[in-house]
Amino acid sequence: MSWTPTTDIERQEMLDIIGVSSIDDLFSSIPNELRLKSWDIPEGLSEMSTLSTIDKMSRKNSVDTVNFMGGGYYDHYIPAAVNALSSRSEFYTAYTPYQPECAQGTLQSIYEYQSAICRLTGMEFSNASLYEGGTAVFEAATMSIRINRKRNKIVCHSSMNPNYRAILESHTANLDVEIVDGDDPGNAACVIVQNPAFDGTIQDFTELGNACKEAGALFVVSFYPISLGLMKTPGEMGADIAIAEGQSLGIPLSFGGPYLGILATLKKHVRKMPGRICGETVDTEGKRGFVLTLQAREQHIRRGKAMSNICSNQALCALRALIFLSLMGKEGLVEIATHCHSKTEYLKSKLSFATILNEGNTFNEFSVRLPKDAREVLKAMVKEGFNAGIPLVDIGRGDANDLLIAVTEKRTREELDAFASALENVSCS
Amino acid sequence: MFPTDAKYTKDHEWIREEDGSYIVGITSFAAEQLGDITYVEVPEVGDEFSITNEVATVESVKAASDIYAPISGSIIEVNYALEDQPELVNENPFTGGWFFKMSASNVEELSALMDANSYESYVQEQDH
Repeated sequence: MSWTPTTDIERQEMLDIIGVSSIDDLFSSIPNELRLKSWDIPEGLSEMSTLSTIDKMSRKNSVDTVNFMGGGYYDHYIPAAVNALSSRSEFYTAYTPYQPECAQGTLQSIYEYQSAICRLTGMEFSNASLYEGGTAVFEAATMSIRINRKRNKIVCHSSMNPNYRAILESHTANLDVEIVDGDDPGNAACVIVQNPAFDGTIQDFTELGNACKEAGALFVVSFYPISLGLMKTPGEMGADIAIAEGQSLGIPLSFGGPYLGILATLKKHVRKMPGRICGETVDTEGKRGFVLTLQAREQHIRRGKAMSNICSNQALCALRALIFLSLMGKEGLVEIATHCHSKTEYLKSKLSFATILNEGNTFNEFSVRLPKDAREVLKAMVKEGFNAGIPLVDIGRGDANDLLIAVTEKRTREELDAFASALENVSCS
Repeated sequence: MFPTDAKYTKDHEWIREEDGSYIVGITSFAAEQLGDITYVEVPEVGDEFSITNEVATVESVKAASDIYAPISGSIIEVNYALEDQPELVNENPFTGGWFFKMSASNVEELSALMDANSYESYVQEQDH
């Protein structure tokens, strides 16, 4: 996007018209003692020295470490076609166009994304995407309260990522919402579970789903998209709302995003769903076309009574997820999931010096208790060339020696062997 | 002309007594103003409302409007036919397009509502 700066003369003309003598005068209502005395910003640099300064700074990152960190965001392979297609100028915007029906290509990609998410999850309706996994938890919770109008209790199952729970708490801080821990659906608007759990354990939540139905509570399942190549889908477990962090579908790991919030539901709940929905229709000549549909739920029409303040979506990241899923197909997804799982089992078999903490099966992530403080081990492992995982204490759970380790299809047998022996050396020394 | 056996609110709801309970809907004027109605969200049986509380929501193609309780009371019955046939509100706003049946907790409140003639003049003022 081009940026056209104003000239000194133009600025003076604008100031003359509104009758002030300088730009500083625009801020005269701010008392002097509250203003910054100095911004302390260095002089401007040339393009060349800017690039070399930033390059030097970036070398402080350890970018070539082999990654075993997960916790909701995973180091999966991204086929080159994902970058090539999603960076085409026709698509390269983060935003829903403001005259959406003029952008048929964008709407079609959103429609196809929704279709892919429905097939992946076994749900009936997907929205056009949300910001990321944590806010999707919040949106599912408030959606449940809209459906269960007389209830305001949100039950968080112990499988839920503590970070998601914290996001839910801060988003609902000023709302009439009660958040409790456990799995009792009695008088709850919804029960939220996560599968695999944040510590990696997988579980079949079908029974809890049935209990929710009996108690009139909605059943919300937070899932890990790649795991559905092997595991029971939220739809098969009887979910009313399925949510996820979609980063694993072709979106690179970065410091906090941009990522992708997935939210899908059943037809009977669709009018309470937050966010945009793209629909297929025919134009006046009978040709296939795409529209944004059910917009009366949304902020630009219903104002303060909208289903959510989400009036946008994460179109570019959703497009990447769509391209990724299209490239993988059903079989490809099963293959990636199988690799993730088998390699994880292989690594677990190499860690006899540590105690695996998961009581049930795992998919591609597990927790171990090391003979030594996990944070110290993490630091030492960086020197060995590995990002060893996430100390559980960093997400507010477990003991100081507990480490959460994730394995993706990208890890080779050599890397797994080298990692296991480095971890043994570092934590047993 | 509007049916004379009903009373009317300024928000264009009608209310009509039938065997001691009260049937509520929106007027033909309101239905026309909204255009093609695509969805009606009705309350649940047993819900209790005070006068002017939001009871239901009506969506047309590009607008959503709230329906308010014309009097205080609780919901006895709702018109589930509207779930699949919201167009009933456009077609027969005073008959098949009714929204819900309620009990009255204070019948006095009815006397503050308009009769058909007053509502007719009210609508004419609104139109200009």
